[in-house]
Amino acid sequence: MTLADILISLFPMGHVAEERDGLIFGRGTLPGGDPIHILGVVDQTALGVEGALALAGRVLEIAASANSDPILVVIDSASQRMSRRDELLGLSEYLAHLAKALLLAETSGHRTIGLLYGGSAAGAFIATALSTGMLAALPGAHPAVMDLASMARVTKLPIEVLTAKAETTPVFAPGLDNLAKTGAIHAIWDPARPLSDQLAELLTSPAGDDCRAQLGLDRGGRPKAAAIAARVIAEARRG
Amino acid sequence: MTALPSGLSWLEASARQRLAALLDPGSFAEFIGPEQRERSPHLRLFDLPEQFDDGMIVGRATLCRTPVLVAAQEGRFMGGAFGEVHGAKLTGLLRAAALLGRDVLILFDTGGVRLQEANAGELAISEIMRAIVDLRRAGNRVIGLIGGRAGCYGGGGLIAGCCSALIVSEQGRISVSGPEVIETNKGVEEFDSRDRALVWRTMGGKHRYLIGGADGYVADDPAAFRAATQSALGRSPGLDLSMLHAEHQRLTRRLARFGNARDGTDVWSTLGIADPDAIPGLADDDFRHLADACREVADDAR
Repeated sequence: MTLADILISLFPMGHVAEERDGLIFGRGTLPGGDPIHILGVVDQTALGVEGALALAGRVLEIAASANSDPILVVIDSASQRMSRRDELLGLSEYLAHLAKALLLAETSGHRTIGLLYGGSAAGAFIATALSTGMLAALPGAHPAVMDLASMARVTKLPIEVLTAKAETTPVFAPGLDNLAKTGAIHAIWDPARPLSDQLAELLTSPAGDDCRAQLGLDRGGRPKAAAIAARVIAEARRG
Repeated sequence: MTALPSGLSWLEASARQRLAALLDPGSFAEFIGPEQRERSPHLRLFDLPEQFDDGMIVGRATLCRTPVLVAAQEGRFMGGAFGEVHGAKLTGLLRAAALLGRDVLILFDTGGVRLQEANAGELAISEIMRAIVDLRRAGNRVIGLIGGRAGCYGGGGLIAGCCSALIVSEQGRISVSGPEVIETNKGVEEFDSRDRALVWRTMGGKHRYLIGGADGYVADDPAAFRAATQSALGRSPGLDLSMLHAEHQRLTRRLARFGNARDGTDVWSTLGIADPDAIPGLADDDFRHLADACREVADDAR
């Protein structure tokens, strides 16, 4: 599905959106007539200091408003922009600023729903999709921490060996199904059904604590994370 | 508190040596210690050695008699990288701190996500960031200490960006894309990772302190980190809309002021430093004296 198709299926009552410099900003109308904010990264754009700052600025405007309109974050990005200039300016702070803005918006009453419909990777994935309260994805989305070729270079393992190992575990290889098994993605949507219905299902399910480690356990992608975190809490409270 | 030199290099020390030298003597009690042998369940697939603490040490302690929870990464094991168990120990510690109302110290020493368990590590970083935001919203501080050999790279840089205060030494580096990653993806013309002076000028402790990317600059000595940590425990913990607005102003100003700089020396010159080429060679006290007169500060905008 193209982004235009996706937005039409999400908002049969209409939406307005403007794309600039690989970012999107807009508003949609939910089936009940309520508004929802739209923002995100499009066209496989790498997220640099300017983009992260612009998105965070919009999120902070929304968070400061008196209403509790939800935010849909659509993502088809590359990784963070890899450049000497971005690092000189402190890209880590800009990406963390965006993540904090999204997390604060969620805790101050604006539901944040991520929709991964293309690529995303590394720091850009953390600062956008993984910083929403609930993350949905469409089939064909292709998130990655790092592509297998780069991983082969860093780990000094032949790509054939990595590909074979990827068959036995979801824990390291790129791909939507692997990320979903570790608990990163709450729901993979069915493009044959109206996306508006599937968005409504997420918006009506209660917002809550971070349950991704439990999802990863239930789906067999992260066998130990939930139990280790719980044991640290138990030992800390005992003392 | 006076900071008598301890004679130990923070850069060279192990994670356990750093904890012993930083905290009140005998006060540290570890959670899920190495005797429990909670190893990574994934490294054996790659025939890689495991470590009984998975490179992450967490526990409770006191610092100048203030109770804190503390985490330390061992940069000598898998480059201090975040895997499933490694990350979950820190997530659990931060959630425990929210329940107990404790401040948290994080001794970073990390290359980022552990690629052999990349998906679990990436997600762990996101869980840690969320837990830090929740903890700060509850009114507690998270202080990051950065001066290890592995630096603070990748997702570690994003976690650092969520802390309420950062203390850095000259050797500490904070960055998302490391020099090798930029060179591999964009070519040696964009970043020559073997040019160590370039690395320090772009992401090293002095540069980060000058642009307000760190709040304390200390010598490569646990006693100096201890004194600066005690001071940081007095900072405002809050993470709310007004703080994020202030941070937004701060980062907007940085981009406007330094966005055309090509090198660290251009940034330092814009700050008003008469001889920017001399910065890398300055001794710690001389540097701090010069920097404090002209640097950008974060204060309550982090």
